[in-house]
Amino acid sequence: MKTAKLLAATAFVAASGLNVSQAQAEDLTLCWAAWDPANALVELSKEFEAQSGHTMKFEFVPWPNFADRMLNELNSGGKLCDLLIGDSQWIGGGAENGHYVKLNDFFDKEGISMDDFAPATVYAYSTWPKGTPNYYALPAMGDANGWFYRKDWFAKPEIQEAFKAEHGRDLTPPKTQMELLQVAKFFQGREIDGQKRYGAAIFTERGSEGITMGATSAMYPFGFKYEMTPGKYDMEGAVNSPDAVAGLEFYKELYKTSTPPGYTDSYMEQSLDAFKSGQVAMAMNWFAFFPGLYADPDTGGDKIGFFVNPGQLKEASTLGGQGISVVAYSDKQDAALEYIKWFAQPSVQKKWWDLGGYSCHVSVLNDPNFADSAPFAADFLLAMDGVMDFWQEPAYAELLLAMQKRLHDYVVADQGTAKEALDKLIEDWTETFEDEGKL
Amino acid sequence: MSDTSIDRVAKATPPSVAAKIRGLSDRAIAWIFVLPTIFLLLAVNIFPLIWTINLSFTNFRANRPNREVDYIGLRNYERILTDEDIWLTMQATAHFLFWTILLQVLIGFTLAWLINRKFKGNDLWTTLIVLPMMLSPAVVGNFWTFLYQPQIGLFNYGISFLTGIDPSSFQMIGDVKLAPWSIVIVDTWMWTPFVMLICLAGLRSIPDYIYEAAEIDRASQWRQFWTITIPMVLPFLMLAVLFRGIENFKMFDLVVQLTGGGPGSVTELTSINLKREAFEKWRTGYASAYAIILFVTVFGLASIYVKALNKVKER
Repeated sequence: MKTAKLLAATAFVAASGLNVSQAQAEDLTLCWAAWDPANALVELSKEFEAQSGHTMKFEFVPWPNFADRMLNELNSGGKLCDLLIGDSQWIGGGAENGHYVKLNDFFDKEGISMDDFAPATVYAYSTWPKGTPNYYALPAMGDANGWFYRKDWFAKPEIQEAFKAEHGRDLTPPKTQMELLQVAKFFQGREIDGQKRYGAAIFTERGSEGITMGATSAMYPFGFKYEMTPGKYDMEGAVNSPDAVAGLEFYKELYKTSTPPGYTDSYMEQSLDAFKSGQVAMAMNWFAFFPGLYADPDTGGDKIGFFVNPGQLKEASTLGGQGISVVAYSDKQDAALEYIKWFAQPSVQKKWWDLGGYSCHVSVLNDPNFADSAPFAADFLLAMDGVMDFWQEPAYAELLLAMQKRLHDYVVADQGTAKEALDKLIEDWTETFEDEGKL
Repeated sequence: MSDTSIDRVAKATPPSVAAKIRGLSDRAIAWIFVLPTIFLLLAVNIFPLIWTINLSFTNFRANRPNREVDYIGLRNYERILTDEDIWLTMQATAHFLFWTILLQVLIGFTLAWLINRKFKGNDLWTTLIVLPMMLSPAVVGNFWTFLYQPQIGLFNYGISFLTGIDPSSFQMIGDVKLAPWSIVIVDTWMWTPFVMLICLAGLRSIPDYIYEAAEIDRASQWRQFWTITIPMVLPFLMLAVLFRGIENFKMFDLVVQLTGGGPGSVTELTSINLKREAFEKWRTGYASAYAIILFVTVFGLASIYVKALNKVKER
């Protein structure tokens, strides 16, 4: 009888021990934007489900509504998402408003080191206040704004000849913003294979973040920056510097001279459509779309080439990408943390890249074979070396909408000058920072 | 004789309860019936209004629950009324309101007048004409973006066919001068049938004997139109204007789908602007003040209008 009791007690303790080491099987919901990498993540997560016993559900929201929907969810303390792959600019609000779980203790406990991730991505996707070792997300999806072009058109002898006759040099993917404009103008209205083509598809969208992401891709290389002294909010002379003005004027010229007709409210989808339908010779978009573009049976493969956002006074690209955070309102935080622990493993990160996600893990990025692993991989590394991001302040949405308005008013609606637009932007941002008590 | 259900309920009511009910005055019973409605009105309309007024004097932000809320007096009101961009938004709204109402009344009345004449296929035409107003505004906004597309849009091709100009030479929703008209055209297309139906009701309510009397008096068609038709349809027309005015003042879905408020901010109507302030920038206090200003404006204008409408009806 004693032996039986002992066995029963041992079995109970053993069972209890199992419960401690692995949380109860949960239904976890991961929220992200609806785009190509999200499909790759669904595939990748099957491995997690098999290993952990948890079930993964996904809530993917189209980009134009992503910020609205998710920020409303966070602000209302909603429990829809256990894990959120939120935009980099949300990190300030996520941290200060208590939406995201601080991950420092968890990282220490599980031996997850931020040194294992590319520094630019840790800075952009994980830290708040910026650059401090306070982590609210694990870098999940590296991204930047890049370019792709019709390689087959560029290679046509008659096109090469015409370009050389016009500009005295070979037609190659642009290395500077001025070259980009030159090439885009060259293709504008040109007939190729019996159809009228246009120069470039760029971002001009008004409602969410489009024109800001597009215009800053030109303005950063021209020298636009947010502050004279980082962290001081001294914007005068930075936001409206002569270089910043030149960058904005450049973007307007690119829009006016080189885009298809009616291209007044275009973002990711419209850029992809314009390229895939053979309207444009070049297009800007996030690296996240490049695997899908390369695989496209009509315009991918040998017909497409990629290049990093061209520099001008300096090399710079607009940052995209996101970190993965645990939502503070989730009742399943332990299981969510398990997912992050699993996701941070080098083997999973390698598989993530293979499936079409952009890993930020140094074991993947520093692999000697990485640059040759995809036609855009080398450009991705180049881009991530020079990324710049928008404000990541808690008031980011207000700051972003102000920039959307001022840029669209100037670039698309032809109102005022570039200097006036940037001066007004400083006024808007100053008011916001005053409200925030930061000025 | 068998008991009715009321009798059965009455019999089943315990005597103590029945006595209490018998003791209630008519006034008390009236209150019992009215109180739930009053309570709902207070909870759903009056309390939010008072709360909004209260918030309009603060710097509250709904997305920052941990932040201290300060009373800042009339600062929000001052900011709104001195903000050049808000006035541009008001101008855009006024332009939209004026032209949509004018066009809808003119075209709607003309259509109603034509439909009112008995002809073959009258019912079919009426059905066809009212189809646009049965569609969802978001769907209408979305498909008109394709119609306005400079390269493939039917609208541009139609204009090109009529005028001979290149269809891709103009952009209805991308051009600062044309975009305000693009939303006027779509709203007019969608809602003219509504005005037409109201006018048709007005026209059909005029008794034939009035026209017969006018005929006997040898009044011309023109005179009958101005002295009988217009005055008798006017209250209906004014009602249509009131409905469309209120609807278009809060226009949101159609314009958001069509232009998103752009290019720049030329089609950013007050409702779109208010939504951005309240639910994208999360300036709740500021947006509350903005909402109060709009409420007072609409309420004031509507009151004046309703008084005028009542005077016309009394004539």
